[in-house]
Amino acid sequence: MDFVPCPLCLTSLLVPPFFLFPLQTTLAMFRTKTFTVRRRFSDFLGLYEKLTEKHAPNGFIVPPPPEKSIMGMTKVKVGKEDSSSGEFVERRRAALERYLQRVVCHPSLLQDPDVREFLEKEELPRAVGTQALSGAGFLKMLNKATDAVSKMTIKMNESDVWFEEKLQEVEAADQQFRKLHGMVESLVVHRKELSLNTACFSKSVAMLGSSEDNTALSRALSQLAEVEDKMEQLHQEQASCDSFSFAELIADYIRLLGSVRGSFDHRMKAWQRWQDAQTMLQKKRESEAKLLWANKPDKLQQAKDDIAEWEAKVTQYEGDFDRVSSTVRKEVVRFEVNTHIVLQRSPRAQPLIKYWDAFLPEAKAIA
Amino acid sequence: MMEEEEAEESPPLSPSVIEGTEEVTPPLSVSPSTIRVTEAAQDGELLTFIIVSQKLSGTGEYHVDRTYEDFDWLQQHLFSLEDVPGIQGIIFPPLPARAQQNAPVKLVRQLGLLATGETWTPYCRALGAYLQQVAGHSLLSRTQHLETFLTSPEPPGRQKVKKGLFNRLSQAVEGIRKGRPHQGTEDVDDFFRTEREHNLSLTGLSRAAAERFLEVVQTEQKIAVACGHFAASLQLCVEAGDDPGQETFSKMCVKISEIMESMKKNVQKVAENDVTTLGLGLDLECRYQEAEKEMLFRRTCKLVELETASRNAERAKPLKKAAMDGDQKAAEKDFEQVSVVAKQEVARVQRARVAVLRQALVRWCELQILTATSSAEQWNQQLLAFRGPARGPGPSS
Repeated sequence: MDFVPCPLCLTSLLVPPFFLFPLQTTLAMFRTKTFTVRRRFSDFLGLYEKLTEKHAPNGFIVPPPPEKSIMGMTKVKVGKEDSSSGEFVERRRAALERYLQRVVCHPSLLQDPDVREFLEKEELPRAVGTQALSGAGFLKMLNKATDAVSKMTIKMNESDVWFEEKLQEVEAADQQFRKLHGMVESLVVHRKELSLNTACFSKSVAMLGSSEDNTALSRALSQLAEVEDKMEQLHQEQASCDSFSFAELIADYIRLLGSVRGSFDHRMKAWQRWQDAQTMLQKKRESEAKLLWANKPDKLQQAKDDIAEWEAKVTQYEGDFDRVSSTVRKEVVRFEVNTHIVLQRSPRAQPLIKYWDAFLPEAKAIA
Repeated sequence: MMEEEEAEESPPLSPSVIEGTEEVTPPLSVSPSTIRVTEAAQDGELLTFIIVSQKLSGTGEYHVDRTYEDFDWLQQHLFSLEDVPGIQGIIFPPLPARAQQNAPVKLVRQLGLLATGETWTPYCRALGAYLQQVAGHSLLSRTQHLETFLTSPEPPGRQKVKKGLFNRLSQAVEGIRKGRPHQGTEDVDDFFRTEREHNLSLTGLSRAAAERFLEVVQTEQKIAVACGHFAASLQLCVEAGDDPGQETFSKMCVKISEIMESMKKNVQKVAENDVTTLGLGLDLECRYQEAEKEMLFRRTCKLVELETASRNAERAKPLKKAAMDGDQKAAEKDFEQVSVVAKQEVARVQRARVAVLRQALVRWCELQILTATSSAEQWNQQLLAFRGPARGPGPSS
């Protein structure tokens, strides 16, 4: 699949008490016209609801949106002006942008009129029924759904070993990613701890400096306290960077994998339907035979037609699923881990060097 | 490489730095600035330290092995030196706490910064600094015990130390721990009054700073471990496969794993730099302040003795008067001697600690700059390598 340049641009705008996300779209299919609309977070959730309803049963992997976060939103609504709420909004904006890009890059989903409407229409009717996605979170919901399905005694005769393998891969990937996510979170926690400890150290050095008789040493210690303060900032930034680039993306993929599992589940359901249909077909045939025996030809024909049609449809669906699942699966495997992550890694060293360079002469000046 | 830049050519705490520009002429046959504790060998629970020093005559080196007991032996003998007037006024070079493998939590906490890290290097440096201070001290270096300690192939005898002064010194130390009322005694001398206050505040503040710094170092170590785990986990994500998407992903994982490994090494180096420079400096500063506190307390005890003797002399009955007067005069002389030595020592230690901290801060800066520069370089290279060939599909679904 060729690389599709990003046609979307999502910004954020605070119009109290809500956050709006002005969305600018430039898509070839719209004949180079650029649209700008304003959407609220619940609009995105509403879009997901609609798409899932229509396409998931057909085996499409519908990209999941970011989770609702009650804490984050409350802080913002209350108007708490601190770095963490700014960070939260930026994270949400980036997550929504990634979500939309996935939707738009999916050739089938792009054809959906709801998606078109989302991108073009000035005013959208207020999305309802988005409560399902709040609270415990999307992940938990998916877990429950998957558990429920696996508990269903669907003994599927897997005729295509590809699906069995893929499902195992997906589950393995899911475990790996959750582990990675845990590691990144732990790294973030430690960095935040370092930031705090650096701040404490800075304060104690400042106190030591102010008690010091030797003026040069005193000055140097005060300077050291300032350098450590700046280091604290750096550590904080690094922590949020890690969190941003790594943790968010990995969490995205864990959610995506959940969607993939969902598509497998739908396929199984379809198989079940097919099986049920076959059973039904069998019964109808039996009743047909009975009717034949009882000689009522008119009812017979209708029954036959219905059944045949039905069976054909279901068989067609299963084939459909296979195709769709396969294609979409390939898309997912090409993970996005590449560009975003690494770029955030290295810049931290540069400011560090600057601070040390500034401090060295002070230290040397102590007589 | 960074290792070459490390302070192995010049010891981090040289006596000339510690002692200012004092000329030292001990009967010691080794050059004080060359005394080094080069390694710690482990035999079960026992730690043995190798001490190397250069002969003054320039004809070679002494290599001896000593345990912590031997260091303790030396310190106790220094406390109990005779024929050193005003010995109670000496701020004795502070010996680091005992180190042992698998030490109980309390001991580890006592050692603080000296017990961080994988190796005993910081601890060895601290022991080396101690020996250099003793060897560089004009009064203390003249003892035969130091010579024996540094040069004799056999460990110094673990005989019982003489009683007397040692006992009184240790009583004084105990007195501090039990918070005897003597500490509240008003001082007759302004210099010492101020010095006692100053020392009290510095003792607390330097301890606090050292403890905060230890927390910083420990967190850095945790980050290093976390980076290592992350790198290892990424390696586990690598799979062989025909799928080109899978291949790209695997390559990515390997590259990021490498980057995380280099991050881990960087943080480890930063922590190591922290400990071997500023860490050691802060630790020594704490111990200096404690040592001065003990000296000031001893002097205060002497003051109390003097005041008691004076009162006794006043109240003495004619029969005992002469004796009491004699006692009082002796106490007065003693106290004066102690005060004279104490003043000198306070000045000496002040010079020493400022020099130590200066060197620690400068060295810390230099090492951190080196580490940061070299890491930045490495990361830039890795970043280029990453962006270059891996021009796979960009931000797709």
